[in-house]
Amino acid sequence: MTNLTHLTIRAALDGLEKKDFTATELVDAHIAAAEAARGLNCFITETFDAAREQAKAADERYAKGEALPLDGIPVAMKDLFCTEGVQTTAASKILEGFKPPYESTVSGQMKRDGAITLGKANLDEFAMGSSNGTSAFGGVVNPWKRKGDNRDLVPGGSSGGSAAAVAARIAMGATGTDTGGSIRQPAAFCGITGIKPTYGRCSRFGVIAFASSLDQPGPFGRTAEDCALLLKSMAGYDAKDSTSVNAPVPDYAASIGQSVKGLKVGVPKEYRVEGTNEEIIALWDKGVEMLKDAGAEIVDVSLPHTKYALQTYYVIAPAECSSNLARYDGVRFGLRVEGDNLIDTYENTRAQGFGAEVRRRILIGTYVLSAGYYDAYYNQARRVRKLIWQDFIDAYKQCDVLLTPTAPTPAFAIGENLQDPVTMYLNDIFTIPASMAGMPGMSLPVGLSADGLPLGLQLIGQPFAEETLFKAASALEKAANFTDLPQTLMGKAA
Amino acid sequence: MSIDKETVGKIARLARIKVTEDDKEVLAGELTNILTMIEELNAVDTKGVEPMTSVVQMQLHERADEVTDGGIPEKILKNAPEETAGFFVVPKVVE
Repeated sequence: MTNLTHLTIRAALDGLEKKDFTATELVDAHIAAAEAARGLNCFITETFDAAREQAKAADERYAKGEALPLDGIPVAMKDLFCTEGVQTTAASKILEGFKPPYESTVSGQMKRDGAITLGKANLDEFAMGSSNGTSAFGGVVNPWKRKGDNRDLVPGGSSGGSAAAVAARIAMGATGTDTGGSIRQPAAFCGITGIKPTYGRCSRFGVIAFASSLDQPGPFGRTAEDCALLLKSMAGYDAKDSTSVNAPVPDYAASIGQSVKGLKVGVPKEYRVEGTNEEIIALWDKGVEMLKDAGAEIVDVSLPHTKYALQTYYVIAPAECSSNLARYDGVRFGLRVEGDNLIDTYENTRAQGFGAEVRRRILIGTYVLSAGYYDAYYNQARRVRKLIWQDFIDAYKQCDVLLTPTAPTPAFAIGENLQDPVTMYLNDIFTIPASMAGMPGMSLPVGLSADGLPLGLQLIGQPFAEETLFKAASALEKAANFTDLPQTLMGKAA
Repeated sequence: MSIDKETVGKIARLARIKVTEDDKEVLAGELTNILTMIEELNAVDTKGVEPMTSVVQMQLHERADEVTDGGIPEKILKNAPEETAGFFVVPKVVE
């Protein structure tokens, strides 16, 4: 029989439809893979028993010819999505044991469409981090390793468990959330595809908030088409999210394989920043050639405020985080550490409940919002944000999509880049500008580094033009023909 | 601008997070580094630029102001660290 864990979602749906195998067999194969790869620490909570039950229900629907759009497809759910009755932690001690009495809109829609959640995927605490190293439940290990070097590498972050699970063939797809690069950077580090849709495309209802003006859910898959199938299920208007946009959800998968002839691809000169790995710059040039060969027209563009995006982010994201995380007070849910009085209880609870990175961001956010600094820091950042947004709008007068690297380096070893928080922040230098502007961005694997690690390129699109992104991504995917597997899986493929 | 230990103490109090003296020292250094990076924004000319609140160019939706949910106290209290008789319990705040 085919190695079920190596199929794409599209191929699995076809196989299920044709009764080549059952949803139960598909789910069991993935549970077995997950059990064999527990060392990667992809899940905070496994939901295998519920998954087996759902697989049975999916098989009954297939037997009756009533299959749902994603019926029987095993996925990993980032543990930032509230799932009714299933522990949801945001990888924080402060939420350990929390069982939401309600379901997030995105996870609910995927369930409606028949997707089966294998477990709640590990992440950086409250989605704050670029290595998955800030999780209170331990870091995630990337299934990839450098050639001749057995050290464990990070999967990127914050959606590290989701990306590692898809790369390790534990899940066929996964959900993530992206605030400054938390889908795109781990997708690049793990050699898979991930898309952060336009801000407002997927509902934030039931997604534990980090920075509400930036947070956006999106899918991971091993192909652009799989991401398109998942996004179709995740996207859509939701009255429960005040920034959800009421626009029809197109059939994204229909864009796969469409010609990019005449598509204008912008190459922003400001992304050639010093310190970027030379192999990544070379890969970027190669990606430009690939799209050109496929018929696209290459345009040089300028996004002059790019170099201020990181600084803007580190005002706005912590400011919103300090406000959002004020709700963790030890009164209504989560951890409580008693004190002498109410304020003491708050302070003890939050001191013990939050990890170092979350605390740092709450403090910086509190500082930039405090009286006397609000205008100098917070408002100045919001003004620069407007200029960053304007850069994109101006660039899109000349082009349809932008092509850039996703991250300045391939995956690094666990423990590297810890000397200073600012060094870690530089990981998101190429993903943050699109976040600040709310533009959709997608990362896909295009090649390997000399030491055998996957390298990704990022496509950035116009607001709500995800279809154009999928079209460009599928052309790039076809040209790159990335078929390499993580070393830990070599020899196991069918 | 640099952040000293005393300032760390002040903002930690505002944020309701207890921070040890040793941690204040470390945080002062880390927060100063982050602030130094942030202050590069002062170089940007933003005269006449409106601060951006949302990237979504739309009017917020309105809905009828009516009760659509409720009657689920047991669900609301299910995750409470301490509850009694349908209420959240907190330490005494008024002597």
